[in-house]
Amino acid sequence: MVEWTDFERDTIKDIFSRIKYDVVGPAAFARCLVVYPWTQRYFGGFGNLDNAAAIKGNPMVSKHGTTIIQGLDRAVKNMDDIENTYTELSVLHSEKLHVDPDNFKLLADCLTIVVAAQLGKEFTGEVQAAFQKFLAVVVSSLGRQYH
Amino acid sequence: MLSNKEKMLIAEIWESLTPVAEEIGADALLRMFACFPGSKTYFSHLDISRGSPHLLSHGKKIVLALAEGSKDISQLTVTLAPLQIMHAYQLRIDPINFKLLSHCLLVALSCHMRDDFTAVAHAAMDKYLSAFAAVLAEKYR
Repeated sequence: MVEWTDFERDTIKDIFSRIKYDVVGPAAFARCLVVYPWTQRYFGGFGNLDNAAAIKGNPMVSKHGTTIIQGLDRAVKNMDDIENTYTELSVLHSEKLHVDPDNFKLLADCLTIVVAAQLGKEFTGEVQAAFQKFLAVVVSSLGRQYH
Repeated sequence: MLSNKEKMLIAEIWESLTPVAEEIGADALLRMFACFPGSKTYFSHLDISRGSPHLLSHGKKIVLALAEGSKDISQLTVTLAPLQIMHAYQLRIDPINFKLLSHCLLVALSCHMRDDFTAVAHAAMDKYLSAFAAVLAEKYR
């Protein structure tokens, strides 16, 4: 059971109410494919991922980025039970998609950097800490059903 | 591996940030202390509160070292030799912390540069910071 302070709850709700899901999701996912190119191994069917421009403009990348952040939204709405919220997704990523759970952290880091660019100075160290704690819980929950 | 294009981009970015070295460096350190409290254990002898002279001067030192290294990345081992010795024998900071600070530097750069901190710049900078950290830790054992 994760303990959230009022500051942390408010910060997470605030961030997710301010960011544009269809901008931040695609940007974070595209960034992950660019900065950590080995993550492309899971997306062989996505077409042209040859360079940063191709990745950014790829419609399948955009669509998947939006899907990912909509998945995160479920955790925002269920902060007191993130673990159970992601049971099925964890099984999916493990049994069907065979994604190395270390990759979740890479995407989380890219999301942090994209949100930082969106919020600028308002993304203070304290806000970053709350955001990273939230993502750490998500990442841990997604990895939980692996065996 | 850094391409020539990436090396130029990295040098350009650090050159443009040298005038605000204190600001960027202190911001990155504060982020690290907030997000990874274990990192504070290395600073028990300093005042690392926001705005403190220790924090600002330390932040400045770090950014200026990064900027200096970026001027000729192929010579990192030579440029960083004194810092290698300091970190190995005197400071003995667990190298995991280099990763933590690198992440916080990337976040600080993103907050400062906003849309200019493109995915390409991010990738190049992440590679540079990894290389820098690896060289810093080279003399540890």
